[in-house]
Amino acid sequence: MTVDASAKPLEVDPLIDDPATRIIVCCGSGGVGKTTTAAALGVRAAERGRHVVVLTIDPARRLAQSLGIDSLDNTPRRVKGIEGDGESSAGQLHAMMLDMKRTFDEFVEAHADGERARAILDNPFYQSLSAGFAGTQEYMAMEKLGQLRARDEWDLIIVDTPPSRSALDFLDAPKRLGSFLDGKFIKLLVTPAKMGGRAGMKFLNVGMTMMTGTLGKLLGGQLLRDVQTFVSAMDTMFGGFRTRADATYRLLQAPGTAFLVVAAPERDALREAAYFVERLAEEEMPLAGLVLNRVHGSRAVQLSAERALAAAEILAPEITSENSDGGGIVDQRGGKTGVREATGASPEPPPVSHAPAHNPQHEKTPQDTVRTAHQSDDAPVTTEVVPPPADHTAEHLTAGLLRLHAERMQVLAREQRTRDRFTALHPEVAVVQVTALPGDVHDLAGLRAIGDQLAGAGESPAAP
Amino acid sequence: MVSGKGGTGKTTVAAALALALATEGKRTLLVEVEGRQGIAQLFETEALPYEERKIAVASGGGEVFALAIDAERALLDYLQMFYKLGSAGRALKKLGAIDFATTIAPGVRDVLLTGKACEAVRRRTKQGSYAYDYVIMDAPPTGRITRFLNVNDEVAGLAKFGPIYNQAQAVMRVLKSPQTAVHLVTLLEEMPVQETADGVAELRGADLPVGSVIVNMVRPHLLDEQAVNSAAGDRRTEIAKTLTTAGVSGAAKLVTPLLEQAADHAQRVSLEREQRVALNRLELPSYELPLLSEGVDLAGLYQLSKELRKQGTGT
Repeated sequence: MTVDASAKPLEVDPLIDDPATRIIVCCGSGGVGKTTTAAALGVRAAERGRHVVVLTIDPARRLAQSLGIDSLDNTPRRVKGIEGDGESSAGQLHAMMLDMKRTFDEFVEAHADGERARAILDNPFYQSLSAGFAGTQEYMAMEKLGQLRARDEWDLIIVDTPPSRSALDFLDAPKRLGSFLDGKFIKLLVTPAKMGGRAGMKFLNVGMTMMTGTLGKLLGGQLLRDVQTFVSAMDTMFGGFRTRADATYRLLQAPGTAFLVVAAPERDALREAAYFVERLAEEEMPLAGLVLNRVHGSRAVQLSAERALAAAEILAPEITSENSDGGGIVDQRGGKTGVREATGASPEPPPVSHAPAHNPQHEKTPQDTVRTAHQSDDAPVTTEVVPPPADHTAEHLTAGLLRLHAERMQVLAREQRTRDRFTALHPEVAVVQVTALPGDVHDLAGLRAIGDQLAGAGESPAAP
Repeated sequence: MVSGKGGTGKTTVAAALALALATEGKRTLLVEVEGRQGIAQLFETEALPYEERKIAVASGGGEVFALAIDAERALLDYLQMFYKLGSAGRALKKLGAIDFATTIAPGVRDVLLTGKACEAVRRRTKQGSYAYDYVIMDAPPTGRITRFLNVNDEVAGLAKFGPIYNQAQAVMRVLKSPQTAVHLVTLLEEMPVQETADGVAELRGADLPVGSVIVNMVRPHLLDEQAVNSAAGDRRTEIAKTLTTAGVSGAAKLVTPLLEQAADHAQRVSLEREQRVALNRLELPSYELPLLSEGVDLAGLYQLSKELRKQGTGT
C-alpha cells in the first residue's frame, strides 16, 4: 500500500523470491502481529515457488487453524491448499510451533547415550531449566533454527520470535544463557579441584568454597549439586552452550538472513522497533525493513476530521450535547461486559470536566464520546437507552457517518505522526504498511490477503 | 498485580490504577519488574533507580511512589542482610554468581521480585499504619503470570530450605491472601480475550486470586449496525444530499468511502460484542478504559485514572 514519500517502500516479493534469501526473522515487541506476518509471508513465498518452513513460537489457536492445522507442534507439518500464483508453480509450506521442552529433550537425547541422557532428563535442575526459564525459549528457538537450517530440506525458513517484552531479548537471551551455562562461575562450580594446584588460584579456591557455601545456604545445597551434575554432564557432551549460541548468532549475521522488524503504528511499538533497528546495525545483521501492521486508512481523506465534525454538528447537534447518548452508543448496551455493582456504589458524580465540549472545534475528540458512553452507563443522568426512531433519519445517519469518519481521520493523523517520528530517526529503513483488519485472520485466504498487502499489491485504502 | 497480553497497555493501566487508588491522601507504590523503565517513560521522568521515589501526586492529595525492582540488587541486599557479605558480595558478582542466581537458578528471580513487593505491602510506619495503602505491580504478561506468581511451586522443587525457601513461603502467603488480586488487561479482540480466559483458568487452577478484567482502548460506537445496513441499501442519494446540505463539498464521491468505513465499524462492533460475551462468561468484575486518540501521555494517564475511579475503583 501507499507509503508516505519520506519512507522507502519495502519490497517483499524480491526478498522472498531471491533464492539467496534462506532465513527471514520476524521480530518486534509483543502484540504487534509478528506471528501472523510470519505465516502470511510463508504462504506467499510458498505460492511463489519456495519450499518454506515457518517456525512460530507461540501462535494463537486461530492462526494454526488458519493454516489448516488444528494444533501445531514441534514437528514441521505440511500446510494444504498452497496454490501456484499463476506465474510460478507452487512450492511447499510447512509450519511448526516451538516446543522448548521437547526441543531441549531431543537435543539431549541426540547427543547422549541412553543412560546419560536419562540422568540429565531426570535432573531437577534440567527440568526447571527446560520447562521455561528466562532465556530458554529464545535459546531453543535459535537451536531449532540451527537444526532446521542444517536439515537443508527447506530453501526458506521464516522465524517468528518469542513474545518478550523487549524485542532485543531475542538476540540477547541465547547468549546470556549460553554464557551462564558456560561461564566462569559454573566452571568453578564444576571443577574447583583443578584450580587447587595453581598458586594464583589459591585465593579463588578459598573464595569459591565460601561462595558455594553461601549459595548452598541460600538456594539449598541440593540445587547446587544438581547444577554441578547437570553442567558437567552437558559440558562433556556438547562442547558448550556458548559455542552453540555463538554459532547460531553467526547464522543470523550470515548473508541469506534478513530481518523484518514488525510494529504497530503506536509509540511504544515503534520505539521498540527503533531500538531493534539500531541494534541490528550494531551487530551487522541485515535488516530488510519495517512491517507496519494495523495501519488505518481512508478513501475519503479529502474530508478533514474538523470539517466532518462541523457538518455532523449541523445535522444532528444534540449528539454532542451533554446528555444525549441516543444515536451511536446504543449498540454497546446489549453486549456490555460484566458485573458493574462496584460502579453503582461510586459516590462521585461524574466530574464536570468530563462533559464533552459543546463546540466540536474545541477539543472534541473521540474519547469524549466514549466517556459520555460511560457516564450514561454509570451515572443516573441518562436513563433513556432505547434509540429514538429519529436515529435513522437521513440527518442522524449522515451525522453518524461523519463522526465515524472524523474518528478515523484522528486515528490516521496520530498514526502518521508516530510513523513520521520513526522515519525521521531512521530514514534508511524501508517500510511496508498493512491495513488494520476488523477481525482476526481465520483462513489461508486471509493470510493471502495480508501477503498481498505485504507485497504492496493489496487492495487497501490509501493512507493520507 | 496487573497483567495482560503484550500490546494491551498493561503498564499504562497499572499506572492509571496507582493514580486512581491514591485518593484522599492515600499512598500507593507502583512497582516495575521487567527492567524496561516503562513507568518512567509514562510519567515522563528520568529512569527510575532501585529505590522508592515519589513520581506523582493524585487529585485529593494522594501520592504515587514508584520502584523499578532489580533482581540482582535485591539479591545482594538479601545476602547483605543475612550474611553481612560486604566485599565478598562484590566478588560473587564478579564471578557471575549473582547473575547465575538471579537469572538461571529457576524461580529465584521471581521470588526476589515478588518478595520485594510483598515486603512493601507488609511494611509499616513508625506509627504502626501501613507504609502504602496499595502496592500495584506491573507484572509479567498473561502467558507467564501464573508461573511468576506461583513461586512456591517453582522454588520448592529446588530449594527445600534456606532463606530463598522461607522467602517463597512468605511471599505465597501474601499472594494467596485476599490482600492480593490479579487484574488482567485485555482489548476487545479475539487473541487478547482468549489469552485472558486462559490466564484466568490458570490463575484459578493455581489458587491465585483473580481480580477484575480491565478492557483497555475501547473505541466509541458511533453507529449501530441497523443504521449501517439501512444506509448501505437504498439511501445513498439521500445521504449525498444531506452531506451537501451540511456544507460538505464533493458529497457524491464521499458516500461510498463513508459507507465502507461504516461497514468496517459495524463489523468491528459485532466482533467486539462477541468478545464482550466471552469476557462475561468469566464472571469477573470489569472496567473499561477508552482509547486515547492522542496516545497516552501524562494528561491521558490522569484521564484514565479518573475513569477508573468513576467506575468504582478504590471504593
